[in-house]
Amino acid sequence: MSHPLGCYGPVVTPKGRKEPILFGDFAIASAETLEGFRAGGGYATAIDAIKNRKPEEITEVVKASGLRGRGGAGFPTGMKWGFVPKDSPKPKYLVVNADESEPGTFKDRELLSRSPHRLIEGMLLAAYAIGSHHAFIYARGEFLFLASLLDRALADARAAGLVGKNVGGTGFDLEITLHWGAGAYICGEETALLDSLEGKRGQPRTKPPFPAVEGLYRCPTVVNNVETLQTVPFIVKNGAAWFKGWGTEKSPGTKIFSVSGLVNRPGNYEIEMGLPLRALLDDYAGGMRPGTKLKAVIPGGSSVPWLTPDQLDTKLDFESVAAAGSLLGSGGAIFLDEGVCVVDALLNLTHFYRHESCGKCTPCREGTHWLETVLAKIEHGQGVPEDVRTLKTVSEQILGRSLCALGDAAAMPILSVLEKFPQEFEHHLTAKRCLVNRRRASVERVRAGEPATV
Amino acid sequence: MGVATGGRAIIGLELVTTGKPIEFSDADRQAIADMRARYPDGRSAVMPALWLAQKRFGFLSKEAVAAVARALDEPEPEVAAVATFYSMYNLAPVGRHLLQVCMTLSCSLLGADALVAHLEKKLGISAGQTTSDGRFTLRKVECLASCGTGPCWQVNENLFDETLDAAAVDRLLDSLK
Repeated sequence: MSHPLGCYGPVVTPKGRKEPILFGDFAIASAETLEGFRAGGGYATAIDAIKNRKPEEITEVVKASGLRGRGGAGFPTGMKWGFVPKDSPKPKYLVVNADESEPGTFKDRELLSRSPHRLIEGMLLAAYAIGSHHAFIYARGEFLFLASLLDRALADARAAGLVGKNVGGTGFDLEITLHWGAGAYICGEETALLDSLEGKRGQPRTKPPFPAVEGLYRCPTVVNNVETLQTVPFIVKNGAAWFKGWGTEKSPGTKIFSVSGLVNRPGNYEIEMGLPLRALLDDYAGGMRPGTKLKAVIPGGSSVPWLTPDQLDTKLDFESVAAAGSLLGSGGAIFLDEGVCVVDALLNLTHFYRHESCGKCTPCREGTHWLETVLAKIEHGQGVPEDVRTLKTVSEQILGRSLCALGDAAAMPILSVLEKFPQEFEHHLTAKRCLVNRRRASVERVRAGEPATV
Repeated sequence: MGVATGGRAIIGLELVTTGKPIEFSDADRQAIADMRARYPDGRSAVMPALWLAQKRFGFLSKEAVAAVARALDEPEPEVAAVATFYSMYNLAPVGRHLLQVCMTLSCSLLGADALVAHLEKKLGISAGQTTSDGRFTLRKVECLASCGTGPCWQVNENLFDETLDAAAVDRLLDSLK
């Protein structure tokens, strides 16, 4: 195989678009090794900053850059760091959220595979800024095939004096521990992740207190996404004004979108914030596959409301996607074609949320169960008109009533599809079958001995 | 009528008992002590110690969980609560090759159902079962974060991120002894 597992080929930037920032690392020969990464200038920014700048200056430049968390919520990163109390006698912790589990999102894995040292460099800067001397990487158990690569990156960095005592001769100490999850979507939620890291069932905590004040082991903790931390060295090196030269005023910089579904070139694309959705589909992902027509887009990972083809001019920044009625989320864009039954697709996603609900809050635990039950009834031709009302009311009752957003993530797509595709629910109720369904058709093809794909 | 519920609400799910007490080797006990030392609080070593137990003993039986609890000096019910929460901890024996097919939306759109149907036919088992010779266990799982290369699946810890046709799937299975 010419590229790492789950990764894509060389980065090709469409004409007229700026070259990417993070994916620039992919053009460095052997960037996944310490030698390759350092030969490309890696670690120089972190060492220089720790030697010559104060921690507050690092926080300030990240604050001024307007960088927002890339894990889904989009909270300003510098502000998050700034919430860590400076006078706390307790140790402070930095935790990397590498529990990438949002359906449709697969960017952090490619970043980890191809540029693990950029993450460590970002961790050095973040830890220095918040005054942490022990950081953790929480990686999802399904990424265990990356264990040898990540272990080696950490061991090499340690051997080179870049992790551990007196990092790069700066006098700053940073210990890094890699912690493996074991299969639980909920651990992507930062407080559930912290409980999991403490050796417990991964269940969200009541907030406040927020982790910056009381996080891991009840000490001040910052949890940042992989993509967020990999962006930090570039900001520290080039400055806040440079970063703000990308994207929009409130959503500066670039964002990696993971594109999947019935497109010609699925993959990860680093785009400038504010790019129209249409350009992501056509210029980057090569448009819809021949013979298929776009029906709906899930722009930010499976948890967000769906968009329709008439909304393709929506710009991909936090504000514009929200104005269109959805969320930028983690940037997992799933393109659905006309052959997809929306009830079937919702049933698939709702099954996911029911399976992944941690069970702590009643509205989510019971609500996701009922949503799946009712959707299955409709999908399988046993629905009655009342069921559609039940879907709506259960969804509305879940919204905002749990400690974390998992229940909301199950409810929001359902509410948006009920509004945008009512005719498909109607058809299930009257004809007792799907209006369209290519998924089943593809199963039939394989039973006839054809390849297991469309 | 059963209790309607979703999620991972059940605490104290019955663990399978083998009836035979098990113990870690001295080397493994040392490895677990080293795990504890990597964290400010030794309780954090529960998950890595469970991973080690699963590797050594094949699955997390009541006895394996008890061995982890003893090695860490943590209460057994607390360790059991963790073991029963995470989907990658096996609570029953699995075959030598654990086949896990991602069923979530993107992979589903690209033929995950068909891949499972093919594997079921080829292996003569249903998803969730193990072949009688103990060679394969087939499992449907949720998103593996390889949505762009679906339908994706893992064989043990190895990810298959390239679309394989039925013949290539068969060749792969034949190569796994």
